[in-house]
Order: sequence, then structure tokens, then C-alpha cells
Amino acid sequence: MPTSRATPGSARPRWPEVIDPEPKPLLDAADVGRALTRIGHEIAERNKGTADVVLVGIHRRGVPLAARLAAKLTEIEGRPVPAGSLDVAMYRDDIGLRPPAATHDTSLPSDLNGKVVVLVDDVLFTGRTIRAALDALVDFGRPRAIQLAVLVDRGHRELPIRADYVGKNVPTSMAQDVQVQLTETDGADRVVITAGASMDASMEASA
Amino acid sequence: MNKHLLSAGDLTAGDIRLVLDTAGHLAKLTDRAIKKVPTLRGRTVCNLFFEDSTRTRISFELAAKRLSADVINFTAKGSSVSKGESLKDTAITLEAMGVDAIVIRHPASGAPVRLANWVKAHVVNAGDGTHEHPTQALLDLYTMRQHFPSFDGLRVAIVGDVLHSRVARSNVLALKTMGAEVTLVAPPTLLPTSVDQWGVGVSYDLDAVLPKTDVVMMLRIQLERQSAGFFPSVREYARLYGLDARRLDAMPDSSIVMHPGPMNRGVEIAAEVADSIERSVIASQVSNGIHVRMGLLYLLLGGPAVTEPGRLPEEVPA
Repeated sequence: MPTSRATPGSARPRWPEVIDPEPKPLLDAADVGRALTRIGHEIAERNKGTADVVLVGIHRRGVPLAARLAAKLTEIEGRPVPAGSLDVAMYRDDIGLRPPAATHDTSLPSDLNGKVVVLVDDVLFTGRTIRAALDALVDFGRPRAIQLAVLVDRGHRELPIRADYVGKNVPTSMAQDVQVQLTETDGADRVVITAGASMDASMEASA
Repeated sequence: MNKHLLSAGDLTAGDIRLVLDTAGHLAKLTDRAIKKVPTLRGRTVCNLFFEDSTRTRISFELAAKRLSADVINFTAKGSSVSKGESLKDTAITLEAMGVDAIVIRHPASGAPVRLANWVKAHVVNAGDGTHEHPTQALLDLYTMRQHFPSFDGLRVAIVGDVLHSRVARSNVLALKTMGAEVTLVAPPTLLPTSVDQWGVGVSYDLDAVLPKTDVVMMLRIQLERQSAGFFPSVREYARLYGLDARRLDAMPDSSIVMHPGPMNRGVEIAAEVADSIERSVIASQVSNGIHVRMGLLYLLLGGPAVTEPGRLPEEVPA
């Protein structure tokens, strides 16, 4: 009986595009670059320049994003904008519920008192990481304002938190998994949606 | 990580790296205005000390407090132990009060292992008899890593009273796990009879070893032992096995001097060597101790409560 799908035993799949394991990226490298450029302009516009702006990336993928945004802002406004990194492992609300999260270095560029801190993260999901980041930030001083920039907002908030700057809003189901891949951490820039837990399990099994 | 830290020999190379990396990240807290994080809120750590201690007890106490855990300090003096209460009854009492971790120092080798069989809390060995002192080894490795890029082939000489030293035992185990080359230097009377089974180099000649050493770790000579006849006189010991400026000059320029404290200045280490700004890392060993113990407490207590001994669940990397 002819079949349009590859069976496990077949040597060569007849329709390679049907079982292509590489999902089409939601954002490719050019899209990521354009989103960051737009967010950079929005930050400069909203804050009337970058005089007191400090970018703070949340580990792991927020850190390279913050550094890139700082470079964009420096280009746009012609003056250097400081960028730093923030580890929220010590402030999470699920400590004791799961194995201890890996820790990273926190390195903030300057005293945060009176500054406008723009938190930067890759994906905004439940909002719990941002809550932890807000707690962590206030231990370093009292910023004049804290804003939030994310590359992808996938919805499903569990806390009253929203982003000020969004690269792309993506409606997702809870079962799906949004992966942001960056050159600095993953070798290439792109954002993909995978089917989530079940597909991950099968991918791990085959890896 | 295992549920308990009883011996440095139970730690894998991955465990040691994890503790040192975590300690390195937590060390940054010291530079902040607010040196405290809310991580272990609601957890209780009991320091159960049956022996005198300054730096280890204070170090554990500070580490737990910086992570916002509650700390109970128990010292044998002034407790029901002086009324004859046994270790087991003391442990059961603590358990009934609901502590999450017990840090124990005890004059009897093996006391922490016994304790771990009686309680559900995490047990951390903070020195038991002449057996082990694993957190000292971890902080010593952390200090070495600040000065040398790798443990692989790092030449470490441990000098002095190896026979009675729990610091030496724990360091030998951890350093061997990490691939360092360890040489024990001591008079024959201060080496254990089974030292040939430790898998490390042994020498009686300090001057021959020092030029080929990256890290020299001086052990305290317990002066009360002189009467037991381990060496003829303190002066002779200091002449043959003491680290003075002349011997320091014989070492490579990049080498460092360590001492777990408390020091006998003028016996195993000359004051000018102990205070050498370029070469002595003895003061940073103390501050590193807090960071390493913070890292350890976070890794032990930062996960779900575990009642059975063995490996703790690990995070699946995303």
C-alpha cells in the first residue's frame, strides 16, 4: 500500500519535506536584528535619549541581547550605554521545589540609584523570572524606573507583569516550547517553536 | 551532589567543580551593599560543635545567614552534653525541632557518618577527629584555582603533621580527584603507616620538594604532641620542616603558601612567610571559606527535601 509518510523501516523517506525535523524558524537572523533595532529606537524614544539608561540582561540569553541592544543604542544616540548581567537563581520562587538552579555572575555596570534600568530577557512567559529579577535589582539600589524588553512574548502570564518593548508577540499553547537561539550561546540567531515536552523527549532519545 | 557531605572522597570531579563555580558566583555578594540573598528563607541550619573552633563555626554561620537561613549554634559546653546526653539523643532532639541541615564537628572520627544514619537532615562534616574536614579541602581548592588555571598536574606539597591532620586527608582525596600531583612531606613519625596506599608522593626532605612545588600547604604542629615523642624538639622540627624566607625563595616565583590555621608562627611557618603579601594566601583562604560554604549550603538545601541518603536530584539542562 502506498504511503505518503516515511515508515520507520524505510531506507529513504519519499517526502523529505513532510518529515523535515527542522521547523521553519519563527524569526530568522535578519528578523532578530530588525526587532532589536526597533526596540533600540523605542527605548531611545520613550526615555528621550539614553542619558540615565542602563541595560541589564538576565542570564543566560538576556545577557548577549542586552549587550547587542547597548551597541544599537550607542549607534543610535552616539554615546555609550552601559550593559550588565543579572543572575536571578538566588531570588527564584521555586527554590526547594526543583533542583538548585545553576548560578551565574551578576555584574552591573554602575550604581543603579536614579537610573532607568531596562531589563532584557529572551522570552517572557509566566513572568516569574522577571519577578525574581525585580527583587534582585532592588538589592543593588533604587532605580528611577525599571522597564522590560523581551525578544518574544509568548503569553501565559501568571503574575501581573508586562513588557515595555516586545520583539514579537507569539500566541502559544502551554505544551509548546519557544527556543531563542543566539550566535553567542547557540551558534546562530533564530527563534523556533517546538511541540514541547513530548517532542523534546523523542529528540533527546534519538540524540 | 550527595545528600550529605561526610568525606571529600564522596565528591566527584563534577561535584567539586559545581561547588567551586557556585562559590565563585556567590563571592560577588561580598562586594554588594546588601550582602544577603533570600534563597534559603525558612531553612534551619544547626552548627553542632563538640570541639572548639573559631573560623569554621563562624564561617558556616555567616554562610548560612548570607543565604537567609536560620542558624542555631550548639556547643557542647553549656549544653545537655555536659549532663551526659549522648550524640544520638542530641541528634534526635535536634531532629524533633526540625532542622534542615546539621554541621557537625566532633573529636571522634566517624561521628558525622553515625549522625547521618540517625537524622533526616543533611549532615555536613566540619571536622571529625583525625579523619576528615571536607569543606576545608573545598576552600583550599577554590583558593588554588584563583591562582592556577587547572588542577591537572598541579604540584601540591602538604607539609607537617599528616598523621593527625584531617585537613591533609580531605585535601589528598579532593586533589587526587581533580588530577593534582600531591606530595606529603613530614618526618616518618608524623606519617600514617598506611600512607603508601594513599596514592601520593611521600618525602622526608622538604628542601628537595620545594623547588618542584606550585602550592605548599603547611599543617599546624600540635605542640601538645611533642611530649608524645613524635619529634625531638620544636626547634629541630622548625629547622627541618618549617617554612622560612630562605625556603620560600627556593620555590617557583608563581608558587603560593597556604595554611589552614591556626598557625604556630616560628614553628611550621615563619612570620615573614605567613605575612608575605605576594605569596601567602592564608587570609584569602578564610574569606573563601565563607563563599565555598555558601555554595555548598545552596546546593544541598536549595532543592526539594530529600529523606533518603544518596545522590540529590540534578537539574536537567534546558
